[in-house]
Amino acid sequence: MNIIICIKQVPATTNVQIDSETGRLKREGVESIINPFDEYALEEGLRLKEKFAGKVIVLSMGPPQAETALRECIARGADESILLSDKNFAGADTLATAYTLAQAIKKINPGGGSSTPYDLIICGKQAIDGDTAQVGPGIAEKLNIPHICYVRKIEEIKDGMLRVERLMEDGYDILEMKLPALITVVKEINIPRLPSLRGLLLAKKTKINLWNAEIINAEKDKIGMTGSPTTVKKIFTPPARKGGETISGSPEEIAQKTASRLKELKII
Amino acid sequence: MNIYILEEKCIGCGLCLKVCIYNALTLRERPEHPKKYKLAIIDLNKCTFCAACVEECKKYSAIVLEKEAISCQPSAISLYKGVWVYAEQRHNEIAPVVYELLAEGKKLAQKLNVSLSAILLGDKISHFAQELIFHGANKVYLVEDTILKNFLDEPYSEVLAQIINEEKPEIILFGATNIGRSFASRVAAKTNTGLTADCTGLDVDLETRNLLQTRPAFGGNIMATILTPNHRPQMATVRHKVFPKAERDTTLKGEIIKKNVNLSNLIVRTQFIEFVKDITSKVNLAEADIIVSGGRGLGKPEGFKLIEELAQVIGGAVGASRAAVDAEWIPYSHQVGQTGRTVAPKLYIACGISGAIQHLVGMSGAKCVVAVNKDPEAPIMKIADFALQGDLYEIIPALIKELKK
Repeated sequence: MNIIICIKQVPATTNVQIDSETGRLKREGVESIINPFDEYALEEGLRLKEKFAGKVIVLSMGPPQAETALRECIARGADESILLSDKNFAGADTLATAYTLAQAIKKINPGGGSSTPYDLIICGKQAIDGDTAQVGPGIAEKLNIPHICYVRKIEEIKDGMLRVERLMEDGYDILEMKLPALITVVKEINIPRLPSLRGLLLAKKTKINLWNAEIINAEKDKIGMTGSPTTVKKIFTPPARKGGETISGSPEEIAQKTASRLKELKII
Repeated sequence: MNIYILEEKCIGCGLCLKVCIYNALTLRERPEHPKKYKLAIIDLNKCTFCAACVEECKKYSAIVLEKEAISCQPSAISLYKGVWVYAEQRHNEIAPVVYELLAEGKKLAQKLNVSLSAILLGDKISHFAQELIFHGANKVYLVEDTILKNFLDEPYSEVLAQIINEEKPEIILFGATNIGRSFASRVAAKTNTGLTADCTGLDVDLETRNLLQTRPAFGGNIMATILTPNHRPQMATVRHKVFPKAERDTTLKGEIIKKNVNLSNLIVRTQFIEFVKDITSKVNLAEADIIVSGGRGLGKPEGFKLIEELAQVIGGAVGASRAAVDAEWIPYSHQVGQTGRTVAPKLYIACGISGAIQHLVGMSGAKCVVAVNKDPEAPIMKIADFALQGDLYEIIPALIKELKK
């Protein structure tokens, strides 16, 4: 079973602090990490590989420094990695990104026993910098394969069928899908492993395949900012939420004051 | 596209460095400058053209972002008319966000002087059409087929893409639900148009008829207004509980249009087996008006019994911080925050939650925040409308008692 994992390197907003005076992000020294949801995608891929054999190939589009994120995936057990890097990819929105990744996936051919170049593509639910959750389904559409989002569990893979649980607002759906297919996964699906010492050594030496627009036969007007239907008109900082009143006293007093204030404001 | 610094305008203030989250900007010494001002340099290998620096440098206008003109066909764009709302339905219920979309869609339609239509897809769901009209839809496009009984991305997106190609709407709004976000993404990729996720503000530019889509990014730390200038339809998913619901008016009239869609070429590769309801949550967190959340400060899993009791008394849903979920005190489906759910209740009661940034962005849409915490310096206490300082095991029982009165 050959599995492709799509990852994104993102700024580690988890460590970001807010400047209390300006209400803005303190961005100095923000490091880059693998998008946290993509770690669950990678882990699920590695678990499937351990169960069914095959290869795990990690794919990312980004600037040259995104290489560090791919090396980390190798350290955790991925077999190969591909970095799509080209100045013409820059400024891509979700449609252009989905097209670019799909073009690269069409190019991937891991060989081995599998009849199809890949059986399953796994993406994280969304990236924490953009929060769009649009690229995964977009890739599936561009490759003309089925997809299921918000997968919280892979129940079974048998006879070319995948059975999964899709997280919904009020429970979960059980669905079956024919492979090859794409899923996006939520945090609940697993607990990602840490890199092994052997993996770290391997990651240092490994060759990251570097692909540009030409290698993946990408049409110029479909990639980067040119291929993006959406454009950012302006960016602004929302007003910071201001604190209100502190209610103190004995627990009974606090409870009484709080309840009456909430009733006054017609909140309850 | 290209981005560059106008050397004569740059004063080396370094503001742009501070807003660049990709570390693409540096300052270099400029001894040749009469005032020895430093000069900002952009590393194009790191730049993602996000335009944050351009915005920051407005005062000096020293940074220029040039976008290549895309060959747009204004004639084709003008063929697209009307505002659509996707009327998501599941388990014989219209998603509550749909009524919010109808109210907001109506405003946009009136500004653009076009009609508002609802798109209703499913099996045996025609009885909802009248309800959508009572909530403001001028037209309801209805497709009924057994294949559409349960939501599956492939057949649903095939059907919607066909109707889009026939009817050519200029705007389509979806709720930013699990279904909406997945479905809209596939339809946008199928029709090769722009989609903006999770909008919290919508307006139109009457001259260009562009939809101004405002959304949070970087976990709500930044707001961005996005356009789809040269493609139609303009698609957006919209956060629930941001816009008020449309009023129900039974005097409203509208047209129900049954669409016949050709599904003969469709190969359905996904199959619905069954739905398993989450019995632990009685109220849908995303739609809840009141949420009582517990965090690490509870100290033990049993603490959630108290949270549940308060939630029950006040008529709310139970939420949790990541710390409480990671400690396995409560299932992930209750997690509020960046890696959990985004909520927008009228009242959010945070008990023993310090208020890490990832949690705050998940509940920043709450109208009123009550925080119960021992630590007056906890971030959540700084943003709460009512900061209740003290031991939650004393305050919450007192609050339950008070509310029961």
